Amino acid sequence: MAAAEETVIRVRDLVVGFGKVDVLKGLNLDIKRGEIMGFVGASGGGKSVLTRTIIGLLPKRKGTIEVFGKNLDELDEEERQQMERRWGVLFQQGALFSSLNVRQNIQFPLRENLHLSQRLMDEVASAKLEMVGLSADVGDKLPSELSGGMTKRAALARSLALDPEIVFLDEPTSGLDPISAGEFDDLIQALQQTLGLTVFMVTHDLDSLHTVCDRVAALADGKVIAVGTIESMIESKHPWLRAYFHGKRARSRINGGTRK
Amino acid sequence: MGAEPLYLKSEVEGRKLVLAAEGDWTSAFASQIEPQILEALKKRPRVDRVDIDVSKVRRLDTIGAWLVERLRRTWEGGGAKTAIVGLDPRYQVLLDEVAASNKERAKKSPREQPLSDALESIGHAAADSLVDLQALVRFLGVVTMVAARVAVRPWNFRFTSIVHHLDRVGFRAVPIIMLIQFLIGAILAQQGIFHFSKFGAETYVVDMLGILVLRELGVLLVSVMLAGRSGSAYTAELGSMRMREEMDALRVMGFDPVEVLVLPRLIALVIALPLLTFIGSMAALLGGGIVIWLYGNMPPEIFLERLRDAISIDTFKVGLIKAPFMAAVIGLIACVEGFRVEGSAESLGEHTTASVVKAIFLVIVLDGLFAMFFAGIDM
Repeated sequence: MAAAEETVIRVRDLVVGFGKVDVLKGLNLDIKRGEIMGFVGASGGGKSVLTRTIIGLLPKRKGTIEVFGKNLDELDEEERQQMERRWGVLFQQGALFSSLNVRQNIQFPLRENLHLSQRLMDEVASAKLEMVGLSADVGDKLPSELSGGMTKRAALARSLALDPEIVFLDEPTSGLDPISAGEFDDLIQALQQTLGLTVFMVTHDLDSLHTVCDRVAALADGKVIAVGTIESMIESKHPWLRAYFHGKRARSRINGGTRK
Repeated sequence: MGAEPLYLKSEVEGRKLVLAAEGDWTSAFASQIEPQILEALKKRPRVDRVDIDVSKVRRLDTIGAWLVERLRRTWEGGGAKTAIVGLDPRYQVLLDEVAASNKERAKKSPREQPLSDALESIGHAAADSLVDLQALVRFLGVVTMVAARVAVRPWNFRFTSIVHHLDRVGFRAVPIIMLIQFLIGAILAQQGIFHFSKFGAETYVVDMLGILVLRELGVLLVSVMLAGRSGSAYTAELGSMRMREEMDALRVMGFDPVEVLVLPRLIALVIALPLLTFIGSMAALLGGGIVIWLYGNMPPEIFLERLRDAISIDTFKVGLIKAPFMAAVIGLIACVEGFRVEGSAESLGEHTTASVVKAIFLVIVLDGLFAMFFAGIDM
């Protein structure tokens, strides 16, 4: 890709809170172009809050967020829209529009942003569906007729509709069986290589962290306490990281050896 | 060349055609690229070989890659040998991925025929109304059965739930019902005085007000209001519970959703509607009375005297007897529609609308039937 170590997301001193409580207390984070960044932290610790703050769904109290080198606060309406077209978001529950079928869901951002012929949109929707491992027939189904795994794939296809440079994935493998979760990991990796994506992935899935993430960032007490490869995380002495990566559930994973 | 940059150049070299793509082949420019491709495909020289040269393409994304692939396939389908040359290696994976898609030809959607489609939808609507009626009757049966079961084991009766719903649909509706009925009563009286005075019959306004409000308007207006206010809420609640699998959760825990959710709501409505009708009618009489006093110059004592002559206990009973039946119709329709909500948000909206529209319609039909019935028994 372009400059090897280009930072696409730079978060500095971010403070986000609700009422009297600050959830994120001066958080710093850098994400480089083309990497898959896994983000771990306790439930309710502010992982989703960070994602939602970066994509602009939650207001922040302090700090700066730069995406592609631009401060998000300094963008005007139009630049903001341009920016939003450069990232895609996969929500935890998929957030597919329930009254549109899957094809219309994928075509929605295309229809709104570009002036493409219906034929091209249909072809692109089928191509996207096949890229995320669904058959083109799924396009005619309504979101309520999909299984959990299919919903996530369809939602991923929608988030990739405009060929974003960054995708935010909020617990992409939660609620999937281990086989589907593994396939989903492979899919994200394949797409990352195909499309040169930068992936920001909030996850609790230790397998995902081991197999697909280039780097892992750990969130505790409203701050990023460590960033690095999964191996460096496992060796860290920090008590929270030790508890996370050496707990009962994690130990079997480590003892079993990494997959690759 | 126009203002738009040229994305595709074609050049024939003997039996070979070279299509040179250049520029940004990305989604943002796809709307300009596609017509150029279609243009280029209009004049197809007879060639054996087609090279698509993408060496001058600066950027490529999924849509661009698909357009390249589609161009290639069109020529391939025409019998020519095709090749993509000069591809930047970093786009190879993307192009391979895209080349694997859209292998099956998309199914053609059946052609639309406006007239027969319109007839078909009318037919469907007619058939659906029968299905609706059937569903309503079946649901009435289910509710009756559950009610009978609860009557045998009254300790299963969800008293708290009924009180809760009674508060929501009854008590909290009192202010708005009173306000609206008060205004309706006042308007009726004013219009009555205004028009009756043309032939000197102002005093009969009291008769009109009393009979109209107590027999018809009181119960009808309250029913319409509750269909809009509470029927829609019932449908939306039950519908979203169905969407979020809450009903299935009840069922697997051994509870009957009809018993837990429907019966308390229905009973609350059946209790609330007659009470609201009474309160509303009184408010209407009050509103009418005040207008008759101030605008029609009839002192309250005389108004009450005339009212007593004009109406009997039967007039009052006719209105109140109808109320629980109206409530049952509203509640049943609201719950039936709630149970028919499917997965989508649109379906929820559709059934909530249907619930209100059908409830109001049936309330008026029922009122007509009652009018004939009461006329038949001289009441």
